[in-house]
Amino acid sequence: MMNRSFIVAVVLALVAAVWATVAYLHGANIPVLEPQGPVASGELSVMYITLLLCAIIVVPVFVLLFWFAWKYRASNPETAKHHRPEWDHSSAWLEFSWWLAPTAIIAVLAVVAWQSAHALDPYVPLKGSNAPMTIQVVALDWKWLFIYPEEGIATVNYLEIPVNSPVHFELTADAPMNSFWIPALGGQIMVMPGMTTQLNLLASNAGVFNGVSGNISGAGFAGMTFAVHAVSESDFESWINGVKASSTPLTNAVYASLVAPSTYNAVAIYAPIDASLYTAITMKYMSAADMAATLAPTSASSNDMNGMNMPMGDAPMQ
Amino acid sequence: MKSSIAHESLTIGNEKLPIESRAADNTTVFGFWMFLMTDFVLFASLFAVYAVLRGNTFGGPAGKDIFNAPYILTETILLLSSSFTCGLALLSAHKNSKRFVVFWLGVTALLGASFVAMELSEFGRLVAGGVGWQTSGFLSSYFTLVGTHGLHVALGVVWMIVLTTSIVMRGLTRGNLRKLMLMSLFWHFLDIVWIFIFTIVYMMGIN
Amino acid sequence: MNWTEFIFGKLSWSVFPQSPIAMGGGIFMVLVGFAIIFLITYYKKWGYLWKHWFTSLDPKKIGVMYIAVSVVMLVRGSADAFLMRAQQATSVGASQGILSASHFQQIFSAHGSIMIFFVAMGLMFGLINLVVPLQIGSRDVAFPFLNSVSFWLFVAGAALINLSLIVGDFSTAGWLSYPPLSELAFSPTSGVDYWIWSLQIGGLGSLLSGINFLVTIVKNRASGMTFMRMPMFSWTVLGAMSLVVFAFPILTATLALLALDRTLGMHFFTAGGGGNMMMYVNLIWAWGHPEVYILILPAFGIFSEVVPVFSGKKLAGYTSMVLSVIAIVFLSFTVWLHHFFTMGAGGDVNAFFGIMTAVIAIPTGVKIFNWLFTMYRGRIRFTSPMLWFMGFVVLFTLGGVAGVLLAEPAADFQLHNSLFLVAHFHTMIVSGVLFGYFAGFTFWFPKIFGFTLDERWGKRAFWAWLVGFILAFGPLYILGFMGATRRLDHYAANLGWQPLFIVAGIGAAIIGLGLICQVIQMYVSIKNRHKNRDTTGDPWGGRSLEWSTSSPPPAYNFAVLPVVHGRDAFWTAKQSGTVAAHRYEDIVMPRNSAIGIFIAGFVFLIGFGIVWHIWWLAILGLIGEFVSMLLRMFDDDTEEIISAEHIRVHEAAHHSRHATI
Repeated sequence: MMNRSFIVAVVLALVAAVWATVAYLHGANIPVLEPQGPVASGELSVMYITLLLCAIIVVPVFVLLFWFAWKYRASNPETAKHHRPEWDHSSAWLEFSWWLAPTAIIAVLAVVAWQSAHALDPYVPLKGSNAPMTIQVVALDWKWLFIYPEEGIATVNYLEIPVNSPVHFELTADAPMNSFWIPALGGQIMVMPGMTTQLNLLASNAGVFNGVSGNISGAGFAGMTFAVHAVSESDFESWINGVKASSTPLTNAVYASLVAPSTYNAVAIYAPIDASLYTAITMKYMSAADMAATLAPTSASSNDMNGMNMPMGDAPMQ
Repeated sequence: MKSSIAHESLTIGNEKLPIESRAADNTTVFGFWMFLMTDFVLFASLFAVYAVLRGNTFGGPAGKDIFNAPYILTETILLLSSSFTCGLALLSAHKNSKRFVVFWLGVTALLGASFVAMELSEFGRLVAGGVGWQTSGFLSSYFTLVGTHGLHVALGVVWMIVLTTSIVMRGLTRGNLRKLMLMSLFWHFLDIVWIFIFTIVYMMGIN
Repeated sequence: MNWTEFIFGKLSWSVFPQSPIAMGGGIFMVLVGFAIIFLITYYKKWGYLWKHWFTSLDPKKIGVMYIAVSVVMLVRGSADAFLMRAQQATSVGASQGILSASHFQQIFSAHGSIMIFFVAMGLMFGLINLVVPLQIGSRDVAFPFLNSVSFWLFVAGAALINLSLIVGDFSTAGWLSYPPLSELAFSPTSGVDYWIWSLQIGGLGSLLSGINFLVTIVKNRASGMTFMRMPMFSWTVLGAMSLVVFAFPILTATLALLALDRTLGMHFFTAGGGGNMMMYVNLIWAWGHPEVYILILPAFGIFSEVVPVFSGKKLAGYTSMVLSVIAIVFLSFTVWLHHFFTMGAGGDVNAFFGIMTAVIAIPTGVKIFNWLFTMYRGRIRFTSPMLWFMGFVVLFTLGGVAGVLLAEPAADFQLHNSLFLVAHFHTMIVSGVLFGYFAGFTFWFPKIFGFTLDERWGKRAFWAWLVGFILAFGPLYILGFMGATRRLDHYAANLGWQPLFIVAGIGAAIIGLGLICQVIQMYVSIKNRHKNRDTTGDPWGGRSLEWSTSSPPPAYNFAVLPVVHGRDAFWTAKQSGTVAAHRYEDIVMPRNSAIGIFIAGFVFLIGFGIVWHIWWLAILGLIGEFVSMLLRMFDDDTEEIISAEHIRVHEAAHHSRHATI
């Protein structure tokens, strides 16, 4: 079976496969490997460091596996000479080294894990050359509602942010659990009804990125995609002004129609908005008593919604 | 019973037992301990759930609004004394007195049944007063945790009745003695779980 | 009182499948069912099956039945996988593919649930039943009747999950049914209830089996077999069964609470009402992560038997192997939060669980070194179990690296919920668990059936699985980096994902070829069984006690219970030429019992009754349950005696065959 033409065919197939893969990946858009902001690039470096450290173990394992398999194969006439049926470990030292090598690697990995888990925690605010901003995100069946409380506008399935501006997302759901993910900018956070989670991202480069939901939320889940436009500050200003000029207010009736399940929603823009909408959405899942308890401590703490008379707390998670 | 091992024997109840049977009894008791362990993990999960949801009254009543200390104490005394009478039944079995075994098992079953009846009437009173398991996360976890224990006690009572019938019919056979042993383990286990419920749900709820 | 509702609960004509593909699945299952029933009736095998198999309490027969059911479920789960691959290869841009979103979601939910609960668990318990009593030198499990109940509960769960193809629908909420999507508010049909009750019933069987085999290994070992002389497979099973005992009650509780939410309107995990959905996610993974190790530990054990035998050597580093099993058992309870780093629990919590996860890689890495150094200075025969091992090491190590990546919280934020994650856990479960079980099945097959499996088709199956796996899951790793999330029934054309999904589909088809090779292998092996008969009881040069008895072993396993003087008990005995003394005595074995079938049948009725709110049926099932248990309790005639003379005749025949070799 193992004749020469068979081996040649296998080698040719492998070469063709590698060539096709490389050619395909060369032109492909791979956002996780092409980060457009500090969070995604930090997360990518963690992956590279981890891969390198793992390689220290994996490469010897592969070498030993195929070397031993070849050298000690029963069909090898030399094998009988080497055969040591009673050998189980030459010394305690050798057996100990099997534990030591992976432990050493994992110890280094643990340091990486500890530092990066803190530095890249989604709740940690970012610094940028432009002014920070807040966007409130509401996952609905099956679309994303983005509220810009400082600008007084809202959008559906469309996100526009200024480059180099730290964006603080506050997220909740008026639907089953979702996960908010913009691969080019950085990792996910879960989005749940009755709770607020947070995520901090920043776009270093202008461009259009894809955003998705990572967590199954029902029939229209695959359509919960949105485009993220990272633009210059002046372009952002003029976009805001354009939205405001269009003046489709986000009334309770409009919101009620958004909450109703619908799939593959087109982009929509709303202005003005009800400033208390986001809080009202999170409160929907609480009793009156719980709401009072939640609101009391947050109203005292500072928050970055200047000019808002309703406190937009992130208290429920804390 | 035939066995490839030498026929050493020991006496349990009124039977001479070969060593292999003793090993089988050991295995059964060990297996039952394992089963109790799984039941313990089940209760531990329910306790954890209760601890998480304890504060989630969702505008409904909290523990201190609905728990009645003297009533709970009566339930506790019933269950604790049933553990005692169950122990007496086991002692009578060691003395090989079938009459007393049946008598004490009867008393234990009666005490257990009274406990279940009290718990059911307590649940009935709460639900009739509009405090049901649908009201809040707290009440869901309360009814489930306490109810699961009550269900265990009820099953224990049924087991006890079946076992007593078997003892009346066939006497203190090796099989019945083994079952009596397991039953009493189960019963004491339920007692311990109740002490946790008494402390964590009721005492900490009332204060 | 509405009588129709009383009698039929939520059942109505509309619960039967409406779409052609859904109907196709249902009709196919019904046809397969009828075909099996027809064949059994035609060959008049009902009496034989009932008397010698269904009611049997012999773990070897129960093990074979476990594997048979699991293989049927593997076909079902693979059909789901092929449909998913077909959908994702075609549903792009303007095309909506072959399935509706809801149907696609039912299929991936069923695929995951079936593959874990009714394929992996079934194959595992099958192999454990076949091998563990023999390997520890025991005649039986600790509780033979309970073993039969466990198996039939497993069958009842599998039947219920398949019934959802025909009556009603299945859950669309994924294989772990996270609330609030799985709550009544968002999943009003009976799909999630099917999921809950089929898993609850199958899980109960697993829990009872867990207790049974834990006790069996602790109490039934042969005289002289101390824990540190126990074969590695039994060690890993001991570890896995301890995990079952501690983890499965959490699953039982969690499923029960979700059922209470859905059926009685409670508020454990609901959005609002004071429920807490993250509590569900914590609970389900407090079971779910140990579950992964429940499946993989026995596979590790299988490789620890296969590698020494086919390398003609002792297992290297036995003590390290034992220590690493114990370490894995403990550590597996300390990592569950890594399944939801994206919850936002903060740096401290995430880092702690990330590090604990990475720490599990240490004992796993040690095991790989042990196997490698078992090959060192060996005489390696590349039989198909050894090929499965080689494939396992390559893929499992790579999948493990992917796992270490996912264990870094910062990296996990980018990879979680993506196809990278899907590719990772399939690498662990297919190349780890499934390859391991395939190796074990090939390895122990001659012991159970008395003839070896055809090696040519076995090796073809291996290569098809290996190449198919790489093609099917390699693209998913890349798709994860491209931002493709799991469970998408459709995606935009401009993302450029379609070529990779097509390659993945081709890979799945090649895996399908591998399955076909395995079917042919079975056919060819049965056809050539006389040629490949194992007359010695020891076809591979085995090392542990299961090889010391005839193939297939007699019902009582060992005519004379073995006495063990060291590790590799049988190997040592062969080397020193010790033969057991032949003074036979009567052996007491458990008599067959049909009550296990009744118990599981009534549990099935209870489950079906609750799924469809047919309360009288559920109550009827409860009563039946009670009566069955009473029958068993008052049954004194549960044992039978195999006479010494009968044993002498069988053993003499075995030894004379032995002598002619």
